[in-house]
Amino acid sequence: MHINGAQILVKALEDQGVEIIFGYPGGAVLEIFDALRESSICQILVRHEQGGAHAASGYARALGKTGVCVATSGPGATNLVTGIATAYMDSVPLVVITGQVPKAMVGTDAFQEVDITGIASPITKYSYLVQDVKDLSRIVAEAFYIAESGRPGPVLIDIPRDVSLAMEYYKPCEKVDIRSYKPNLKGHPTMIKNAIRLLSEADSPVICTGGGVINAGASLEVKKLVEITGAKVVSTLMGLGSFPGNDPAFLGMLGTYGNHAANMAVQNCDYFLALGMRFDDRVVGNPEKFAPKAKIIHIDIDPAEICKNVSVDVPIVGDLKNILKEMIQHLSEGTSKPRSINYPHHNVKIEEGLNVPWVLRSLKRLAPQDLIITTDVGQHQMWTVQHYPFNRPRTLISSGGLGTMGYGIPAALGAQLAQPDKTVVVITGDGSFQMGMPELGTIAELDLPIKIIIFNNQVLGMVRQLQHHYCGKRYAGVNFKKTLDFMYLAKAYGAEGFRIENAQEVPEVLKEALGNNKFTIIECPINPEDLVSPIVLAGDGLEKMFIFPG
Amino acid sequence: MKHTLAVLVENHPGVLSRVSGLFARRGYNITSLVVSETEDSSISRMTIVVDGDERIIEQVTKQLNKLIDVIKVNDVTNEDTVNRQLLLVRVNADNSAKGEIAQLMDIFRARIVDIGRKSLIVEATGDEEKIQAIIRSLQPFGIQEIVKAGIISMVRGPK
Repeated sequence: MHINGAQILVKALEDQGVEIIFGYPGGAVLEIFDALRESSICQILVRHEQGGAHAASGYARALGKTGVCVATSGPGATNLVTGIATAYMDSVPLVVITGQVPKAMVGTDAFQEVDITGIASPITKYSYLVQDVKDLSRIVAEAFYIAESGRPGPVLIDIPRDVSLAMEYYKPCEKVDIRSYKPNLKGHPTMIKNAIRLLSEADSPVICTGGGVINAGASLEVKKLVEITGAKVVSTLMGLGSFPGNDPAFLGMLGTYGNHAANMAVQNCDYFLALGMRFDDRVVGNPEKFAPKAKIIHIDIDPAEICKNVSVDVPIVGDLKNILKEMIQHLSEGTSKPRSINYPHHNVKIEEGLNVPWVLRSLKRLAPQDLIITTDVGQHQMWTVQHYPFNRPRTLISSGGLGTMGYGIPAALGAQLAQPDKTVVVITGDGSFQMGMPELGTIAELDLPIKIIIFNNQVLGMVRQLQHHYCGKRYAGVNFKKTLDFMYLAKAYGAEGFRIENAQEVPEVLKEALGNNKFTIIECPINPEDLVSPIVLAGDGLEKMFIFPG
Repeated sequence: MKHTLAVLVENHPGVLSRVSGLFARRGYNITSLVVSETEDSSISRMTIVVDGDERIIEQVTKQLNKLIDVIKVNDVTNEDTVNRQLLLVRVNADNSAKGEIAQLMDIFRARIVDIGRKSLIVEATGDEEKIQAIIRSLQPFGIQEIVKAGIISMVRGPK
């Protein structure tokens, strides 16, 4: 039977096992929404396309499955851009569908026409402009394959309106074969041997987990490797949760906002095993001064990440889980020496009071183990990754690479729909919150029991802190002069609202919020003078950490 | 140092823009670029000459390989290759100079393909050195215009 292109698209999505699509309608996707109406796929109407892309990303990261979002042509498509870029930087598998003006009008500057495949080219793994309805079924299958395999990432499918309308048989795509795209999964045996030999010779090995550990589902292998070798573990922001934060071997996050113990270990270790990470500048500080005593072994699925920012001694390209399994097998056969290295380090004192680290400590005490935290971007994000121990993979959802404010709330929407039985908490600031606000409407409509904790200092804290360090404390463009009433806002959206006035209330409010099974907004005032500490300033090596009081 | 990359890509619309976009956004500088269909019409071949140190060339190669439409990247700089460039030059030539230029061009096995009242167009193919030598030899006459195609390159067969 002939059906239209939009129906073919939806059938192909169903065949890929898609259950939820985050979308916003418009003229160029009328047929797609019409087709979704009769589909088993649940269509979530977001309030802004960017929220749709972030929600799909939160969904993907909470579930380990490709997220799907749809928007119309023109502004619908451009509104997705930040969401696509965020997912690209953090290697999140997304399939992004946009409507396009009819083929005959492409290139004429038609109403709501924009060259989205061109715009998205640097921020997608691949993009398709569908020219013929006959290609649609294959393109959808390829898009999912590309998004999920190798290093995951977003793939865009731009569908002109006449393709959505064109009639054709639906023929499911049985097998994807792209001759120019064959991710390498098996590590090079000689390189693996070298990595093992250097590891058995090392006195103070450090293993660093990146986001790739979570994408590869290699947490158990990392744990096993740590047990065998006695290595210490540090993590990038993206890797947090892949190794238990409460394990004695875990020293915290490394980097310019890292934990002191983690940075000291990295700068003093003689063996640095990088797992699925990309040596971002926030991770390595000054690349010339990074892990100066260490042999660096880098395992990654993306060959382009090897030696991009930091030169390595042993590069291994392939699937992390496979490679770690091989390493474990070899290492178990030999005898490995017991190691117990401790570097002197500074422990940050957490003062009781209304400050983010202390509130997070209370949250940790009360929260279930599998609590999912999403964050926005800024000081609150850094405090969260420094102080909240993430013990399981996929429990932290935060924009690491792009640093996108406004990510936390829509990401929580996606995460809660992906994991309906888990508690999802958004940690945000008053700045970021106002960027992610549109999706409060979606959360309210769906009656999702998401908890949003707004740390309110009436300033853009992180920018203010940067101005403190780099602009001689001359603060510009960071103060919110009007006090907002977030409790009225909570009321407007039908959410439970709590304003914390003093430290004694914190446990009580958190307990109530975690137990109420309702959409909840908690506002907690904090001191605008609070600084994220310790930090590494620009140009310095990771060992040079400034520690601020408070 | 200049490197010559032979890149096989899918012959799709938009592939050239993906490749050139990659160079632009990562700050790599293309010296020359030639694209043409290969013996297999579904595959195009790009011959890209790019300037950079080993580290940059390694990144260029890896980033090119990462593009889904790129089938194969081969750095042929250090291989035994035949390299050719096509040159067209319009040079000042009054009647007295025409004979002299014709003789000169014979030496280079270049051809005169158009004769104007006071000018000639010379066509030549060769590697970069030869092309430069031809241009130098024509400079004394006064060059009006130069058009060069990018370098194409082919690895020599095993001997």
